Amino acid sequence: MKRKLEISELIFKIISYTLLTIFAICCLYPFVYTISAAVSGEYVVRYNDLILLPKDIQFEAFSRMFNNNMFWNAYTNTLFLTFYGTIWSLGISILGAYALSKKRLLFRKGFNFFLVFTMWFSAGLVPQYLNYLDTKRVFNAVGIMDDKWLVVIAMGMAAMNIILLRNSFEGVPSEIEEAAIVDGATEMQVLWRVYVPMSKSIIATVALFFGISRWNGYFWARQMISNNNEHPLQVFIRLRLEEFTDPDYIAGWNYNYAPDSVIYALIVCSIVPILIIYPFIQKYFAKGVNAGGVK
Amino acid sequence: MQRGACDYLIFDEESGTYIENPEQIVRDDVEKHHWLNVGRMILKDWRLYLMLVPMILVFLFWRYFPMYELLGCFKITDSVKPVADQYYLGFSNFKNLLVGGTGLSSEFWRAFRNTFLLSFYGLCFGFPMPIIIALFFNEIRSNIVRSAYQVITYLPKFMSTVVMTSMVTMLVQQESLTSGMGILSQLLRNIGLIDAEVARAGLLNNPAFFRAIYQISGIWEGAGYDSIVFFAAIIAIAPTSYEAAQIDGAGKLAQMKYVVLPCILSTIVIMLITRIGSLLNVGYEKVLLLYNSNTYVTADVVSTFSQRYGIAGAMQGLASAAEMMNNVIGMLLVIGANTIARKASNVSLY
Repeated sequence: MKRKLEISELIFKIISYTLLTIFAICCLYPFVYTISAAVSGEYVVRYNDLILLPKDIQFEAFSRMFNNNMFWNAYTNTLFLTFYGTIWSLGISILGAYALSKKRLLFRKGFNFFLVFTMWFSAGLVPQYLNYLDTKRVFNAVGIMDDKWLVVIAMGMAAMNIILLRNSFEGVPSEIEEAAIVDGATEMQVLWRVYVPMSKSIIATVALFFGISRWNGYFWARQMISNNNEHPLQVFIRLRLEEFTDPDYIAGWNYNYAPDSVIYALIVCSIVPILIIYPFIQKYFAKGVNAGGVK
Repeated sequence: MQRGACDYLIFDEESGTYIENPEQIVRDDVEKHHWLNVGRMILKDWRLYLMLVPMILVFLFWRYFPMYELLGCFKITDSVKPVADQYYLGFSNFKNLLVGGTGLSSEFWRAFRNTFLLSFYGLCFGFPMPIIIALFFNEIRSNIVRSAYQVITYLPKFMSTVVMTSMVTMLVQQESLTSGMGILSQLLRNIGLIDAEVARAGLLNNPAFFRAIYQISGIWEGAGYDSIVFFAAIIAIAPTSYEAAQIDGAGKLAQMKYVVLPCILSTIVIMLITRIGSLLNVGYEKVLLLYNSNTYVTADVVSTFSQRYGIAGAMQGLASAAEMMNNVIGMLLVIGANTIARKASNVSLY
């Protein structure tokens, strides 16, 4: 009896270790390959002579990117969009979620429905596109010529995140708020001194969600930002991918690295900052998933 | 509300006559001045309502105004005039899409079917993967080793859609003058799964492979990360449950079947219902970045259909009509799923 138990356990353990290892390798391999291909020589990439480790090492593909002003421009634009976009979305979400978390708010159900309905039904791409075009016209009329501000202000709000914050604020005991009010705190001070410190981790999670979605934003940035110098990194990567896989563009290629290496180098450049902060933000992500799964 | 005489008059024991009911007078007063009281309450808490204003404005301008713009699909398409000034056309856009008999309607139905199929295959192949991975994570006793596996498998989720699709594109790209075929195509050819010709032409140019590429890249991207929820449910199981099962002579498989699965069943059901609710919300960005005119047959979904005709093209009324039908059905699915989830588990998803 005892022995049979051990064997089945052992088999299951071996299976799970094996399959997990295979899956982990599958997850990791494309990244390793990308890095290797970015620094390998032209013929290695052209004739697929590369499996894991780079051969015939060159760094010209990277230096081509680093010497490209457009690349740094795109990076700055992405940082701009991520920074201001996260502050804008998070600020509005915190204020709204705080108000919605109060039982004494009149028409609370109505406001909640107003929010939740946007999660159920969206008008679709074309009406949104027309709406953004109108917004752009209005912004230009009042003197905001920079399309980046349109992306920051008009896009990226998510009802889900507001609801996450609201649920967390609802969990703060009302006695603490009452104590603060007795001590003469205004509404804003209650929010800033009591509620925000008490739900720090969920605010960090929501900020992360906003930040990631801003960093990754592609489609609307490409549609709405007309000036090439204002394109964020994602749009820049996509445009280069389309360019470097176009046979006409690479017809007279005469460098010691393959055009593919440039794209690989670009991908590496765009994921390095995420890889650096990844270990620090990973736990907040896990938290957010568990908070968002069931409410 | 109609009031009877008995609401206003009560029998007074002392004088032995009917007198006016003071409570009802107060009630009437409150009712008469209802909106005044609402105003007073709002004024008292004006800071709270002021906090709501930015949120409401943002959602009104950029979520609800587009819904007004949807009226455009009942009107003559004319992007020069604002929506309010255009003429009503009735349901002709919808008719063109649904029964038109033109190429457009067959294209729309193809897109609708592809939308459904992409999600459905995602449900069949993508949904069980995180559960299986979470079960495997549970087998690893060492915390450090498990964290290492978790960090590695969550990693692809942090890549943006553009980076992810660029990587996929490069892995299965066609052979050209300056580059060989993608490393993945090469691997598949070497183990004999696909022909050399097919591999050389690029898998993304072949409609037969689009769905597989979409699902596999989806699993690669999300399976590790999605396992977090299930793993959290598994580690919440009390160790005494396992011990009790072991004492009863349950092997590993029996423990899986009678301890672990029942304990995480509610999580699975809720996740499944959510997934079914979003059956018609296929991420348009990923499809848009992966498809091309060669693979429209299997790749074109409703949002990309409407992007092609409404944003890249000029048939805005028709394109918004197509997406509106998709989204209305999607909304019904979400609401239905939410109702079922509430009934089944007393947890509302929203």
